[in-house]
Amino acid sequence: MNLTVEIGRLKLKNPVMSASGTFGYAEEFSDFVDLNKLGAIVVKGISIKPMEGNPPPRICETACGMLNSIGLQNVGLKKFLKEKLPYLNKLKTIIIVNILGNSISDYVKLSKTLEDSGIEAVELNVSCPNVKKGGISFGINDKMLAKLISKVRQSAQKITLITKLSPNVSNIPLFAKVAEDSGSDAISLINTIPALAIDIETWKPKLANITGGLSGPAIKPIALRMVWEAAETVKIPVIGIGGIMNAGDAIEFLLAGATAIQVGTGNFVNPGATIDILEGIEDYLKRKSINDIKGIIGGMNGKCTNNNSDN
Amino acid sequence: MSKNFRAKVINNFALNPRTFLLEIEPIEETIAPKPGQFYMIQPDSSYDPLLKRPFSYIRKSNGKIQFLCAIKGKGTRLMMNFHSNKIISMLGPFGNGYPIFKSNHISLLIAGGTGIASILSLSNEVQNKYLIYGARTRDELLLLDKIEELGDRFIVCTNDCSYGKKGMVDELLKDFISSHKDNINSIIIYACGPLPMLKAISKISAENNIKGFASLEENMACGFGACLGCAVKTKQGYQRVCKEGPVFPFKEIIW
Ligand SMILES: Cc1cc2nc3c(=O)[nH]c(=O)nc-3n(C[C@H](O)[C@H](O)[C@H](O)COP(=O)(O)OP(=O)(O)OC[C@H]3O[C@@H](n4cnc5c(N)ncnc54)[C@H](O)[C@@H]3O)c2cc1C
Ligand SMILES: Cc1cc2nc3c(=O)[nH]c(=O)nc-3n(C[C@H](O)[C@H](O)[C@H](O)COP(=O)(O)O)c2cc1C
Ligand code: FES
Repeated sequence: MNLTVEIGRLKLKNPVMSASGTFGYAEEFSDFVDLNKLGAIVVKGISIKPMEGNPPPRICETACGMLNSIGLQNVGLKKFLKEKLPYLNKLKTIIIVNILGNSISDYVKLSKTLEDSGIEAVELNVSCPNVKKGGISFGINDKMLAKLISKVRQSAQKITLITKLSPNVSNIPLFAKVAEDSGSDAISLINTIPALAIDIETWKPKLANITGGLSGPAIKPIALRMVWEAAETVKIPVIGIGGIMNAGDAIEFLLAGATAIQVGTGNFVNPGATIDILEGIEDYLKRKSINDIKGIIGGMNGKCTNNNSDN
Repeated sequence: MSKNFRAKVINNFALNPRTFLLEIEPIEETIAPKPGQFYMIQPDSSYDPLLKRPFSYIRKSNGKIQFLCAIKGKGTRLMMNFHSNKIISMLGPFGNGYPIFKSNHISLLIAGGTGIASILSLSNEVQNKYLIYGARTRDELLLLDKIEELGDRFIVCTNDCSYGKKGMVDELLKDFISSHKDNINSIIIYACGPLPMLKAISKISAENNIKGFASLEENMACGFGACLGCAVKTKQGYQRVCKEGPVFPFKEIIW
């Protein structure tokens, strides 16, 4: 059975990845999964300087989902390269580094340094405020997004560039197209959806930061719709994210047109989720007598590249 | 040996209308817990509630693990109704646990409310010990049968005077300190309970130069260091309750 998929220059042994911020720097999961079996690992978002994150409480549960306002806490580029990368380099799977910044030059510096350190792919988290432009998020302004991606592309030419789209826009096809035209090798979506929960006894927000990002099964139908819209619009691969808990969820995203998927909140509920999903996809393909994962990608739209079910 | 395992419910019964004692037996090989560590328990296999809930273990014997759970919301209400033989999904043991010192000293264990669960896991492992245990009412003083074997080394109080001494554990701590003035340097405090209680105890220990450790709680999504959701402020910046904690030295915590 062929489970391999291509994302830019990367050849993944299967379409199952971890989502940034939900898999630590991978080592946290070594007790639970054989990390070498994953298609790719996306690590926690890295900024140039370490970030300490938001005050607690940082998470709360909502119906079929959770809110988080971690505040992009991370060890910073230098410590990542020195303390986290050596472990990641020992793994026999593709490492994708999620990056974030407050200016275009932050993203440029991060991606160039990572490329020079031998990293094969970066995922741009563009849901961050552009400090120079009054704090508007890069991901919700098409012109800013185009400029960001082109600048990163110009400086880091070998690295596979994945743009992680914000769900905080009304027109996903527009932003998907901007990412493709500006030089992204792939897009991934969705990031968390801004949301709020209130404690009715104290009248206070449940998170110290007031609002947080909603993730988990609650966002899956929205994510699926957005992934489908993006996949209909662009030729570059789309990576589906949002509420994927089991193989059935993952298969829905593949049928909607995603070339690969990322598991986020599902890792918290079941730290073995990624491998369970991978095995579930294999069982599904066997049951359907399909011998290539590409035989289901985009299946809902009749866009399968390899729809042979007889061998 | 896995930290992601299934377990069978052996026993589950109410101790009072708001608290129950849950006993489970892993049906897979698991890792032995250390005092002060905790497990994540899945209340239900549907997506609402979604996340597993953290609980300190009381003791592990004959392969069975006991928990004391207060009913707070959706998850614990479902757990209250776990029937015997139900198979549940769990993670753990996680966290650093209480540091246990070889030297000759007095361990002063202090518990408030359901904090007694975590404190009991330690009490089995230390020798020269005293236990101060407080709750609001007699009805909320739990597991007394497991504790009373300590005899006069066990001091109990209720806020409403319905059992033991009247008052709060911090007042009892002050009394304890004044009656142990001679060997104050050999006291080590271990505390688990509501945050205001821990804060008050930490202040008293600082004033008297007594070393101590508190087990903290924070909302958790994963329980094993991946989500960064359970951060608390310490002198070394934000630290994870589930990984660097739940037990922190008093002097590290920024209250
Ligand atoms: C290390 C640790 C050990 C604990 N040990 C015990 C114990 O031995 N006995 C006991 O009764 N309780 C213990 N708790 C608290 C217990 O986890 C919560 O009361 C429980 O999660 C509430 O779940 P719920 O669904 O009923 O409440 P809800 O309010 O519906 O919970 C909603 C969400 O908030 C989280 N949450 C709410 N309160 C807490 C809290 N205080 N700490 C962590 N997460 C919380 C829940 O896990 C859940 O994700 C411990 C907490 C921690 C962090
Ligand atoms: C606790 C937490 C931390 C996250 N941190 C990041 C991050 O650092 N960078 C990023 O691009 N996305 C981050 N995300 C978003 C996830 O990668 C993912 O896009 C989102 O959670 C939706 O997927 P899910 O429903 O499977 O969780 C985070 C999500 C969670 C729940
Ligand atoms: S609960 Fe996830 S890091 Fe502590």
